[in-house]
Amino acid sequence: MLTDTILFYIFALLVLGGAVLTITRHSAMHAAISLIVSLLGVAGLYLLQQAEFLFAVQIVLYVGGIMLLFLFVIMLVNLDQAAKERQFNKQWLVALVAVAAVGAQVAYFIHAGLDSFHFAAPLAAGMAAGTPAGLGNTEQIADTLFGEYLLPFEIASVLLLVAVVGSVAMAKKRI
Amino acid sequence: MHPITTVHYLALSAALLLIGTVGVLTRRNVVIILMSIELILNAVNINLIAFSHALQNVNGQIFAIFVITDAVAEAAVGLGILIALFRNKETVQADEIDLLKW
Repeated sequence: MLTDTILFYIFALLVLGGAVLTITRHSAMHAAISLIVSLLGVAGLYLLQQAEFLFAVQIVLYVGGIMLLFLFVIMLVNLDQAAKERQFNKQWLVALVAVAAVGAQVAYFIHAGLDSFHFAAPLAAGMAAGTPAGLGNTEQIADTLFGEYLLPFEIASVLLLVAVVGSVAMAKKRI
Repeated sequence: MHPITTVHYLALSAALLLIGTVGVLTRRNVVIILMSIELILNAVNINLIAFSHALQNVNGQIFAIFVITDAVAEAAVGLGILIALFRNKETVQADEIDLLKW
């Protein structure tokens, strides 16, 4: 239990530190590397909560896929000029006030709902008591995804196809 | 030391969400705005996984998979738009793209 606590704080530090660096760095490349650190921290949090499949998906898809896409765009688009200019827009003060208001609201609601999180006591056992023993996280996800959520899964494939066609159409010089 | 509960994850997720929102609202560089959106989506995922673990219900993880799918589609289309934008306007600063501004 103590190991879990220490690991949680290490990963939380990675997540928040990486996130703060991402939104404050001048160079887009530095921001991208900080974002990778943040995403790896999130992956660690998944592992702490016995979501092993999502841990792998997070690393393969986010760190391996999306960040590669970002790095390619950073190389394709000339960002040297942008790194030298002003980094924050003129509405930053208004934005900070608005975010502080939202943050106060979220903090209030988490505080108000504190009593309703009794179920949050960490369970020693593995996943669902109702499922057969020995069924791993990946098998459970597969059972649910290809059973109950089959139609949304297929629709998601159509979404990805649209995104592929759309991004090629956007980035191409002449269609 | 207190054991880690769902509330810890909710607080972390809220903090990450707010950091991402600050990034979206204050940065000028469009690439970093897109990265901030990824931060926001990750905050949502942390929440989903935390509740999935607390309720011992795998549905939360399925939703996280769909959120990741959306994030991939969003990043691909957003970066495609960014390349088209840079080709036409030679800038990546969000406040210089003000054609529709009054």
